[in-house]
Amino acid sequence: MNRWEEKPLLKLEHLTMRFGGLVAVNDLSFSAGEGDITALIGPNGAGKTTVFNCITGFYKPTEGRIALRHGEAKVWDELDAATARPDRRMVRAGAGLYLLERMPDFEVSAHAKVARTFQNIRLFSGMTVLENLLVAQHNALMTASGFTVLGLLGLPAYRKAEKASIEKAKYWLDRIDLMDRADDPAGDLPYGAQRRLEIARAMCTEPVLLCLDEPAAGLNPRESADLNALLLGIREKDGTSILLIEHDMSVVMEISDHVVVLDYGTKISDGKPDFVRNDPKVIAAYLGVSDEEVEAVEAEVLS
Amino acid sequence: MEVFLQQLINGITLGSIYGLIAIGYTMVFGIIGMVNFAHGDVFMVSAFIAMITFLLIGALVGSVPVVIAIVLMLVVAMVLTSLWNWTIERVAYRPLRGSFRLAPLISAIGVSIFLSNFVQVTQGPRNKPVPGMLNDVIILVESPTYNVAISYKQIMIMVVTAILLAAFWYLVQKTSLGRAQRACEQDRKMASLLGIDVDRTISITFVMGAALAAVAGVMYMVYYGVVSFSDGFNPGVKAFTAAVLGGIGSLPGAVVGGLLIGLIEVFWSAYFTIDYKDVAAFSILAITLIFMPQGLLGKPEVEKV
Repeated sequence: MNRWEEKPLLKLEHLTMRFGGLVAVNDLSFSAGEGDITALIGPNGAGKTTVFNCITGFYKPTEGRIALRHGEAKVWDELDAATARPDRRMVRAGAGLYLLERMPDFEVSAHAKVARTFQNIRLFSGMTVLENLLVAQHNALMTASGFTVLGLLGLPAYRKAEKASIEKAKYWLDRIDLMDRADDPAGDLPYGAQRRLEIARAMCTEPVLLCLDEPAAGLNPRESADLNALLLGIREKDGTSILLIEHDMSVVMEISDHVVVLDYGTKISDGKPDFVRNDPKVIAAYLGVSDEEVEAVEAEVLS
Repeated sequence: MEVFLQQLINGITLGSIYGLIAIGYTMVFGIIGMVNFAHGDVFMVSAFIAMITFLLIGALVGSVPVVIAIVLMLVVAMVLTSLWNWTIERVAYRPLRGSFRLAPLISAIGVSIFLSNFVQVTQGPRNKPVPGMLNDVIILVESPTYNVAISYKQIMIMVVTAILLAAFWYLVQKTSLGRAQRACEQDRKMASLLGIDVDRTISITFVMGAALAAVAGVMYMVYYGVVSFSDGFNPGVKAFTAAVLGGIGSLPGAVVGGLLIGLIEVFWSAYFTIDYKDVAAFSILAITLIFMPQGLLGKPEVEKV
């Protein structure tokens, strides 16, 4: 049995998103497994980014449920009970269920612990590299600082929290090889380094799920290999599950455990990379042929 | 030379007050891109709060040392004015966020008119005199024709302003709250995705701007010894000019702009004619905007293609 069926972390059920008459996402259901790297792929305009926007609270889906689990897997049994209540989340010792479609965007990050990056780089370019990593730890610091009143007084508890956050930032600077650029404005970094910094910044929020929108876009092969190593490292060392949108098939096939394929807002394939690669429907979607011709095309592609 | 020195002292005092108000304009503009036209009237309200506090102290406690009276006025004015500005943001601006750009601006003009009329109706249209405080002077340069003097209240205004600016700079540059504010300034959506409560951060910005305006209001009342419901407009517009002159969105710019406007106004009155002091201040603004549209310390908007 596949991990995303056995131990799902995120469940999308019957997700539909309409903009006026346009159906961007149509009755989409899939799960992302705990500890998996799940790739969401599909031709341009297939609705991948819309799915991300629904997960991270930018859009309220027209229909459907998006649920995220913290802690033990058996908490899924209470999903329907949690949905029946008007609350956004159901939390208890050691486990929690979060109904993402009900949450405003900052709560998705602050409480449900979902982090995200965008297709275009959205660093705080006027702030230093280090500050970018510290901003992501804002909530932890604010609690420790008694909403800054204690921080201004310089109390020891706050100093300790501040020190811990700097240590964590340094740890990530080391992971992404940017220690020597810590005090430079983030906007001055080369493109590949900015991409890595964005991922590090997202990781500083201590997410359980990291959503990456085309992280390899615009990277050269070397930078792309660095990125693969970083993402695999995040899965191994930090135990964070990853959901990514990617066009670069070398990245997708190399690092993902599970691939979901969208076309015109509908799921057309879902499985292990090898299964998806050979799925005639996927080949048809990418090459643009009618179903009857698929076999012919497939033969041609494989030969 | 003596006249120059004296006017320099007067100009810095006035400039400090403008600078404190200008920070409120520049911060709010930085974070939500809106010119808060009601800010000058918030400043005026704070001067009234200070005056009422002063009278209450006199009525309830009797005579207290001046320093204690001023500290009490500062505390009460900062708390109550912050509450006012928090409420204004909540009622008049937040519901319009995400609406078209001009909507909150018009709302701000409405709030401005509301505040000055509210004070006029409840406090009366006449100027309210306040007994002089800290009027003693220190003579710095003695000469047969002209003594250069600095009064205790001028010293107080400069010292309080300097301390506040230092504390404020620390808050914005070094604390997590300040980082969150700067992050919201650059990219509100991204900030919220990192778990920052943007609405709350904006509220805090309004509260901080109001607290500084309240300090300016107390100083203004102590300095001039009189307050009136229409006092919000002129200092408000001057402080806005200071913010634009220094580069709107830039905190050091607001302070530098405030000092410059104060100095220009005072020197023009001393050496040319007092009737045209406002013309002088605003002409400098026009000239700066023509040749340096981003202001003195503002960052030019560079669009990367």
